[in-house]
Amino acid sequence: MSTQLMTMFENVRFGMIDNMVKKFRGKSIRGTLHGMAKGALLPLLAFGVFLMLWSSVAAQIKTSLGQVPGPVQVWEQGVTLYNEHNQERVKEQAFIERQVKRNEAKLAKNPDAKVKIRPYTGKPTYLDQIWTSIVTVATGFLIASVIAIPIGIICGLSSTIYTAINPLIQIFKPVSPLAWLPIVTMIVSAVYISDDPLFSKSYLNSAITVTLCCLWPTIINTTVGVSSMDSDLVNVSRVLRLGWATKVFKIVLPSSIPMMFAGLRVSLGIGWMVLIAAEMLAQNPGLGKFVWDEFQNGSSDSLARIMVAVFTIGLIGFLLDWMMLQLQRFVSWDKAATVR
Amino acid sequence: MNNEHLLLSKVTIDFPTANGPFRALDDVNLSIKEGEFVSLIGHSGCGKSTVLNIVAGLHRATSGGVLLDGREVNEPGPERAVVFQNHSLLPWLTAYENVELAVKQVFGNTKSKAEMGEWIRHNLELVHMEHAMDKRPSEISGGMKQRVGIARALAMEPKVLLMDEPFGALDALTRAHMQDSLMEIQNELCNTVIMITHDVDEAVLLSDRIVMMTNGPAATIGEILEIELERPRERLSLANDKQYNHYRAEVLKFLHERHGRVAA
Repeated sequence: MSTQLMTMFENVRFGMIDNMVKKFRGKSIRGTLHGMAKGALLPLLAFGVFLMLWSSVAAQIKTSLGQVPGPVQVWEQGVTLYNEHNQERVKEQAFIERQVKRNEAKLAKNPDAKVKIRPYTGKPTYLDQIWTSIVTVATGFLIASVIAIPIGIICGLSSTIYTAINPLIQIFKPVSPLAWLPIVTMIVSAVYISDDPLFSKSYLNSAITVTLCCLWPTIINTTVGVSSMDSDLVNVSRVLRLGWATKVFKIVLPSSIPMMFAGLRVSLGIGWMVLIAAEMLAQNPGLGKFVWDEFQNGSSDSLARIMVAVFTIGLIGFLLDWMMLQLQRFVSWDKAATVR
Repeated sequence: MNNEHLLLSKVTIDFPTANGPFRALDDVNLSIKEGEFVSLIGHSGCGKSTVLNIVAGLHRATSGGVLLDGREVNEPGPERAVVFQNHSLLPWLTAYENVELAVKQVFGNTKSKAEMGEWIRHNLELVHMEHAMDKRPSEISGGMKQRVGIARALAMEPKVLLMDEPFGALDALTRAHMQDSLMEIQNELCNTVIMITHDVDEAVLLSDRIVMMTNGPAATIGEILEIELERPRERLSLANDKQYNHYRAEVLKFLHERHGRVAA
């Protein structure tokens, strides 16, 4: 499902770029119209067919939570979630204003009075949960990248080290996040003890689980990228007697960037999928917890709200990949190789 | 002139294979004077590149060795700069930055920043690439890439310049143009050069000596031909020159009569 959505969006995106290029080049109007039809109308048509199929199938199925929601109910729940977010923000604003007024009044009476500032304790809204998920996956992914890229480079440069640790990589690579999570949870509770914790444990558990699943594609792709470096370039660095650091930063890194980014994109994709599962179990207040809570809640709106989450998760996954592509375009010297 | 600037003595190399060691070169002996231009010619697979790589230090001889000014060569270094067949410029650096990488490495401690910039520009001017200093390899033609490759090698101020079929991947016209440029540079700098080539005309036109190699396995030097044509040499006037054609015929005879390929 997520791959299909991805391909769909990719078609829309590249179709649009295609059209823009044609317009600038002043191609014939017929050609442009044809391009637009292909680039925008076809995906829209397919989306329309999908919505129709969905609503007709949904109408056939009854669950203990009532009818399976069709596109209309899901849209309504999406709007509701957004409104709930706005209402919550209004409440929060009011709370803060009340607090400020109260404190000002206190200070006016007695300038030495101790003033307490309490954070707002309302429940997180849907948008807050989306943000929590994004921050958590970004944390896990960044930690993984910082660990995986150097390991990949070292493995690519030294076949001895690669041979030594390759079995470990192969064994840990296919492990499900659901198997890591209990271990991570126990270790975090044992090691991360603090009276005034900077991060919540659920956040750490989810982020570390994401890290453990994000490491492998980046390590493997970076290794392959480095070890398949053009042998002539290796010889250039030998003839020049480049130092280790110069060699890595001037030759090895630039030449392996395309492969490295291929790995990073796979890693981030996996990380985002893993995060939802991890949040369900770790109770990190993000999208995963939202889905789980709605499932447990079991109101007649729950299925529609979960479907909203499904689309949100897909869309954010797509946006994350798109951002990585832009980053690659920015970093890489090879502008042509990045449009894939 | 130093008569034994570069000395290859009893160079033999075995490569390990699944069926035991494979002897690629057997007892190669060669002495090269300072400022001499030597071509290595032979059929493909005869080990020309291996000889060059041993001099460069990229390969190590199984027995025998290479002396440069009396010192043994056992690792690669910028005093034996290599011009690779397919330019091997770093694609993410401009022409200027490619030469800069080499210059910083060789002269980083002895030249000031301004002097290094001057030196990089000077070398790019030498190969007529000053107009494309800020272009990346993907933005310039094959011949221009090879010019930058040569500038990078020259900028290291090598004792020996090693060229591995430098013009092999270029079309005939560009190649002729590059050969003329190389002769021009050689007149000015008098570098010691070892060049590998497949091209008989190129070898005769450019070289002081042509080293002809027998076919492998266990390839070695078959004959050495001294080319006593006056410099500067002029491609057009040489085309009908008796002696030029004699040299040409000698090399062709060696390659095709005495050491023709048994099976392609």
